[in-house]
Amino acid sequence: MDELTRRAALKTGGATLGAAAFARALAPLTEWEENVSVDSFLQKHYKEMNKLEMSVVLARLETEALEEHGVAVSISDPRPTPGVSFAYALNLSVCIGCRKCAVACHEENNHDRATNNSYIRVLEMKKGGIDLEQGRTDYKHPVPDDDHFYMPVQCHQCDNAPCVKVCPVEATWKEADGIVVVDYNWCIGCRYCEAACPYHARRFNWQKPEIPAEEINPDQAYLSNRIRPQGVMEKCTFCLHRTRNGRMPACLEACPTGARVFGNLEDPNSEIRWVLENKRVFVLKEDVGTRPRFFYFFDE
Amino acid sequence: MSSKPAHPIRSYPAFLWKAAGVATDGNAAFYAWMTALTAIFLVGVHAYAQQFAHGLAITAMSDHVSWGMYIGNFTFAVGLAAGAVMMVIPAYLYNDHEMHDVVIVGEILAISAIVVSLAFVNVDLGRLDHAWHLMPVVGRFNWPISMLTWDVVVLSGYLFLNLHVVGYLLYTRYRGAVPDPRWYVPFVFLSILWAVSIHTVTAFLYSGLGGRPFWNTAILAPRFIASAFVTGPAFIVLALQVVRRLTSFHVGDGPILTLLSVLRVTVLLNLFLVGSEVFTELYSGGSHTASARYLYFGLHGHHALVPWIWSAIAMNIAAAVIFLSASPKTQLWGIDVACVLSLCGIWIEKGLGLIVPGFVPSTLHELIEYLPNEIEWKVTLGIWALGLLVFTVGLKLAVTIFTGRMRAEEA
Repeated sequence: MDELTRRAALKTGGATLGAAAFARALAPLTEWEENVSVDSFLQKHYKEMNKLEMSVVLARLETEALEEHGVAVSISDPRPTPGVSFAYALNLSVCIGCRKCAVACHEENNHDRATNNSYIRVLEMKKGGIDLEQGRTDYKHPVPDDDHFYMPVQCHQCDNAPCVKVCPVEATWKEADGIVVVDYNWCIGCRYCEAACPYHARRFNWQKPEIPAEEINPDQAYLSNRIRPQGVMEKCTFCLHRTRNGRMPACLEACPTGARVFGNLEDPNSEIRWVLENKRVFVLKEDVGTRPRFFYFFDE
Repeated sequence: MSSKPAHPIRSYPAFLWKAAGVATDGNAAFYAWMTALTAIFLVGVHAYAQQFAHGLAITAMSDHVSWGMYIGNFTFAVGLAAGAVMMVIPAYLYNDHEMHDVVIVGEILAISAIVVSLAFVNVDLGRLDHAWHLMPVVGRFNWPISMLTWDVVVLSGYLFLNLHVVGYLLYTRYRGAVPDPRWYVPFVFLSILWAVSIHTVTAFLYSGLGGRPFWNTAILAPRFIASAFVTGPAFIVLALQVVRRLTSFHVGDGPILTLLSVLRVTVLLNLFLVGSEVFTELYSGGSHTASARYLYFGLHGHHALVPWIWSAIAMNIAAAVIFLSASPKTQLWGIDVACVLSLCGIWIEKGLGLIVPGFVPSTLHELIEYLPNEIEWKVTLGIWALGLLVFTVGLKLAVTIFTGRMRAEEA
């Protein structure tokens, strides 16, 4: 055999082996469980869909939930009500750090069970200052402890939200009623927003959330607690599927001490207005200029 | 030699075909090198396929440290790409003829390093299938507000500029024609400015975040540029040494000495900027400096990065001492060692040492540590193997064409 044909034969052999090795290397892709149909791949951005297109998407998502989780769910798309602007306040004098709010969030918002995810983190803080460096979230003793106070932290729905600014694809934005939302079907999963948030309010779906069928909350909204896909960001939405329909957020309803106050800033008779006007309120990390809609206050 | 160059359009398919031949043909050492790189690349592909299927949960990242090895390597690779301009500036702005003869090595490095950096961003995405949302017009491109969209613009722009210049020069030489400066010199000058922009924008990506005090500093962009101007020349010196030992392509001492004089300045500048940062962080104290204390000394019993960062500092100082003291005439191997040391040192400093402390402690001051796991190491090595494959093929093509062993049939 002359040199040229020998080379060609070797090259062909090498290329064949290489292609086989490449196919073998890619084999784990067959384990992908995400339901990516052509329709979901080509789905438009939330703001670009008209009512009809949205209803088609909602129906498809309901079907997918039934197929993947075995539960009949209802996914709605409640919009902001004109004249409503939400804010939240939390009374640090009465919060006892029981984490019932975090548990309620976990159940209401269909969080992954294994990771015990929740949009709320409760910090146990040393009395005598508001120094986050002195706080801890992993306390395990009975509460409340006399030397500490407790500070739950969740999304502050900032008016100057760093997470919204940094998103390269406008997958997250602020709605007219002040709530910062994510289009889970538009997010590319770069996690720049998670790096930008000064309050550690954002969560990433590192894997596909798993919830037993009987524990799934079937009352869902497109922009809030529907079961999230793998690989996208999520966050607290002030339970917009509840609050845009006149109900209170799940964390507020679960609070045994009445530490939480939620309402419409534009209603002069609302409790939230009374708190903001009569209590000495403060916001967390005011110096970073995020202008939160989440306030803390003390009674005394 | 033909006096009439080959047809500029009709000879292109044959050019591509012959280039594919050159890329896959060589001696035993070449085959061994390419096979090894391909094997490592495939290990990376396999690890990535697992990550794609099961989610980023199988990496060591978490909601506390939500960027890690991939974004660290991305940052370092962008620096490498920007640093390649340290060949272009002497060659085109100072008309250094010897440098001009080999400047294509720097441009091929720029292409390879951008390929590497883009690969690292893509493997870090949770939804690669949504990546098309990043395309202007078809998707929703949050430009000019999001710094990430600026990065998309500058990185792809830099890639196209260098692809154009390298492609034009190689193809023209292949055709037996003389390159027309109007077709590439303006792009070369644009690429000089563009090189600075890619690493500046990448620094702004981090320094623009008010919630992360470790990154939220004006010195970040200058530090990025300084370290890029160490890694770029260091890598090129090593590449030139390999090219002149293994190929018939002539590389004089001149370009290496020029790069050495660049390195003698930038390696010190980089150390100075690191020192300025360390002083400011450690002298003032307070909770804003917790990340720096964590990085250099450990915090509340957590010190995963301490051995890494001190190794980096030791390597950078050792490299500086060698660059400044070794005689390039008699101790060229010493220069090689210093290049390797500074590449390793800055890989740590601009990789794990830059990204991870931004997240430790978290914005609520929780201390959750991070070190890459096996999946991340495999994907990372796979991507660097891919980069070296691109670089090797580019160099081989350039050397073959420049030494006249691949040319168009006479017209």
